[in-house]
Amino acid sequence: MLQVYDTEITSRLLLGTAGYPSPTVLSDAVRASETQIITVSLRRETAGGKAGGAFFELIRELGTKILPNTAGCHTTKEAVLTAKMACEVFKTNWIKLEVIGNHDTLQPDVFALVEAARILSNEGFEVFPYTTDDLVVAERLLEAGCRVLMPWCAPIGSAMGPQNLSALRSMRAHFPDVPLIVDAGIGRPSHATTVMELGFDAVLLNTAVAGAGNPAVMASGFAKAIEAGRLAFEAGMLEPRDMAVPSTPVIGKAVFS
Amino acid sequence: MNLNVNGDEHEIACSTLAELMAALDYEGSWLATAVNGELVHAADRDGWRLRDHDRIEILSPMKGG
Repeated sequence: MLQVYDTEITSRLLLGTAGYPSPTVLSDAVRASETQIITVSLRRETAGGKAGGAFFELIRELGTKILPNTAGCHTTKEAVLTAKMACEVFKTNWIKLEVIGNHDTLQPDVFALVEAARILSNEGFEVFPYTTDDLVVAERLLEAGCRVLMPWCAPIGSAMGPQNLSALRSMRAHFPDVPLIVDAGIGRPSHATTVMELGFDAVLLNTAVAGAGNPAVMASGFAKAIEAGRLAFEAGMLEPRDMAVPSTPVIGKAVFS
Repeated sequence: MNLNVNGDEHEIACSTLAELMAALDYEGSWLATAVNGELVHAADRDGWRLRDHDRIEILSPMKGG
């Protein structure tokens, strides 16, 4: 069981809704993942258009919690306004706060992120900040009112997997009581297992599932990988050794010569 | 009145945000609106007076990661 703000969830997989070949494939993937939280966004509606309404119905039928994002925002002002508009539409005070600072890496502008997090937290939002693995930024986000942190492990959509395990370990060690959700850069189930073995609380995926040959099967695979990593963390793992150690007892071994 | 709606210029006769949305066939409980960078709640659109060169954003749910 994981608690994020005042909500308890049993699935440690959060799933994005972008990039699927069709709405049906998206629905199948969400169900296969057994996720309880999906991410969505807001975009301009065309005059006379009903696309947003159709998508709205689709996600409501899925029955999960909805975590709107501020994807594409580059300033504090944009992100704060988008969060308020998302609240208006989705009737939730949850917001996945993204303030992008670099076009190539989609790295967050952590200065604007902290500022936006403070404003939104003060207005009653429960902020899920997309951040880096920088400990000082994490401290500032917590001071700003965040009670969940969502560090990247690699650039969004890169599928590179964890690029700085040492930093992720430090983050886990420094914030033992803060829910930590790896937000970006996961490409394979083994990547998800790796970060879960480090003690991260959950993983947020999108492209790795949506871009798979069979998104529903991949969603199920990720769910199992995440659970495996969590179980390993809870069980306690062996530390690697430099030398071989026989697993079969040596005592009592027959002597034939 | 000249209004910018979702980035497009419109020359249109209307006095409130609700009238503008009706004129351009924006309809649905899933829409969120902002005028000049400020959120306008759905309940306030009827009384929200528009002015020349206002910038209006009308957003709706979209897939996202």
